[in-house]
Amino acid sequence: MRNHEPRASSSCAACKFLKRRCTPNCIFAPYFRSDEPTKFAKVHKVFGASNVSKILIEVPEEQREDTVNSLAYEAEARLRDPVYGCIGAIALLQRKMVELQVDLAIARARLARYAANSPPILNDHGSMIPNFAEFPACGGLVDNHRLISVTPDRTESSINIPIRLGYPDSMASS
Amino acid sequence: MISGRCAACKYLRRRCPSDCIFSPYFPSNIPQRFACVHRIYGASNVAKMLQQLPAHLRAEAANSLYYEAQSRTQDPVYGCVGVISLLHQQIHSVESQLAKTEAEIAVLNSLAQEPAQIQENEVEATFNNFLLEQDIIASRRFSHSTYISSNFI
Repeated sequence: MRNHEPRASSSCAACKFLKRRCTPNCIFAPYFRSDEPTKFAKVHKVFGASNVSKILIEVPEEQREDTVNSLAYEAEARLRDPVYGCIGAIALLQRKMVELQVDLAIARARLARYAANSPPILNDHGSMIPNFAEFPACGGLVDNHRLISVTPDRTESSINIPIRLGYPDSMASS
Repeated sequence: MISGRCAACKYLRRRCPSDCIFSPYFPSNIPQRFACVHRIYGASNVAKMLQQLPAHLRAEAANSLYYEAQSRTQDPVYGCVGVISLLHQQIHSVESQLAKTEAEIAVLNSLAQEPAQIQENEVEATFNNFLLEQDIIASRRFSHSTYISSNFI
């Protein structure tokens, strides 16, 4: 063909996948670069292009990159575990948290026993070195972190999450 | 009058067939459940995901999809990934506390074996060294576990 100029390929990964023209104001283009084709493919498979577009339009522009990355993470998790997706990861982390809290409680109890039974430690001048029980790790309770707690809606069969998971604004709507 | 439709078919304004993929998991008395899932995933994606699974796993899948959809509705930027990130932070914090406590136990343990008068700076050096080791161990544990890019924090 005469005067045929090779078309410059500037389509983002999303428009390439969707086989459409990538416009200058394409909502996907900044976040789905053409060198990362699988990212959009996964997100599209789980959420669908129009749902992703609606989600992105709802969030401020400066937060869209984080939004896309979290959608990509969720999509990846769902494709890897079609039954539980990210919820599987959350359940594992919560279980780990419980185990660590138990370990910490046991360690603190041991420390308290040691501190109670240990002889006074004297410095050069014969004065007593402060008891380790006064060190921050021993003082007070573990609860300077707050385990988020929300109640999922009651359903017929509940996911076996050992700790109730939650948000500051409860998602439970009955 | 059509009666007995599941929440999905009511939402989609269609007839609910006897083998409807949605009806066991989206009963008509909880309409917000399907509405939420539909808003994030779309009906056909949900149907495909459920159809790909054996029947005995579909209920759990529907529940987890609903949970994730709720999370995304509440937090459109991070969804349930925000929860994962927060849990990682909390775990790291507890691991650090545990490392410190174990360091103190180790020091007291070693002191208990040498009841003679000890230099104060020796005590502090022993404690600080052990604490540093435990912090390194705790950091390694944290970095080896599943983690989110620091962009999400």
